[in-house]
Amino acid sequence: MKVKLAISKPTVGASGKTGSWRTFRPVVSHETCTKCGNCYRFCPDAAIDTEFNIDYDFCKGCGICVEVCPKSCIKLIREDE
Amino acid sequence: MAEIPDEEFILKTTSACAGCSASLILRYVTKAAGKDTVLVIPACCTSVIQGVYPNTAVNVPVYNVAFASAAAVASGMSEAFRAVGKKTNVICFAGDGGTVDIGIQALSGALERGTDFLYICYDNEAYSNTGMQRSGATPIGAKTTTTPLGKNEYKKDLDAIVEAHNPVYMATACSAYPVDLYNKVKKALSIPGPKFIHVLSPCPPGWRFPSEKTIELGKLAVTSGMWLLYERENGKLTITGASKAAMKKSTPIEDYLKAQGRFRTATPEDIAMLKENSKRKMARLAHEAEAQAAEAEEA
Ligand SMILES: Cc1ncc(C[n+]2csc(CCOP(=O)(O)OP(=O)(O)O)c2C)c(N)n1
Ligand code: SF4
Ligand SMILES: [Mg+2]
Repeated sequence: MKVKLAISKPTVGASGKTGSWRTFRPVVSHETCTKCGNCYRFCPDAAIDTEFNIDYDFCKGCGICVEVCPKSCIKLIREDE
Repeated sequence: MAEIPDEEFILKTTSACAGCSASLILRYVTKAAGKDTVLVIPACCTSVIQGVYPNTAVNVPVYNVAFASAAAVASGMSEAFRAVGKKTNVICFAGDGGTVDIGIQALSGALERGTDFLYICYDNEAYSNTGMQRSGATPIGAKTTTTPLGKNEYKKDLDAIVEAHNPVYMATACSAYPVDLYNKVKKALSIPGPKFIHVLSPCPPGWRFPSEKTIELGKLAVTSGMWLLYERENGKLTITGASKAAMKKSTPIEDYLKAQGRFRTATPEDIAMLKENSKRKMARLAHEAEAQAAEAEEA
């Protein structure tokens, strides 16, 4: 008997490019950033790397990074602007 | 403070809603647990957010199982690993519905048998994946699709139920304090036997707040004393993190309630009961901590 199991493989993009969900795009001002790491730490999707660059293919635009930045150096910009 | 590894086990990205606590919690739980881990996940948002078959965002093995069975499955799995001399972490990652209502007998059995595993309940206080029906973990006054005017019953005290089993380690945590969560998962996994962590998990669409407020909501829950952070190692109670200050002086519970649409129809009586309940819980913990301190001094 041949048994076929439904096994998924770990893959980047397993949920598609979730960046397409965004209405607002968070933009980091690297000039004012003090590298505290809050945006990286609190991103639910690990879409911000340790250099604080945002992966726009996957960032869902939740806005948490904007809220947790103590220096207000992340701004939300409408995607159609 | 522990140095948290940069390695991610949740690949970009889950299909969770923007601003989802469950995703954030999963990120830190897997960072703490590392590669030699199997997650056992019953039906909940986390079964769905892994991605679309045949792909998954979760880069450790996951066993997706029937709703009521997570802790029973983990029991067998843990026994099998130990029988062949493997130390692999077996972690149940279950919602509140799958824990306080549907999976409670399997959890109780596994705790009683002394299964070597960690059970994590991420608590978004409703059956979120199916559209926010009330669960035993929904608090009084909260509106869900099955309690359109607010729930009339108390939130089930899951931690008291678990505590009655005397697990080797149990803790509460909240997605707004990921470092605290990381440390608790690390500690739990360093101890053999049954462990339990209950994580408050603010859910933007379910609780009706904007996605960017997830962290703020978690912090308000803790600073207002609506959610208490603590751990018990072999029964020894320690109040942890921001709850130490909150137990001395808490912020108004109204600030927490007003930030969410689900409490819009809460009556003054509901709010009074929520406050009373929070006060009672804080008093009980404070009393227990004092009694333990006095006992330790005598010994
Ligand atoms: C036996 C059974 N009943 C009902 C369902 C449908 N169902 C799937 S997920 C879910 C909600 C789970 O709620 P909870 O455990 O709180 O996790 P959450 O979705 O909130 O993360 C329900 C009712 C199911 N899969 N199996
Ligand atoms: S409904 Fe809530 S818990 Fe479920 S994926 Fe969305 S934000 Fe997360
Ligand atoms: Mg739930």
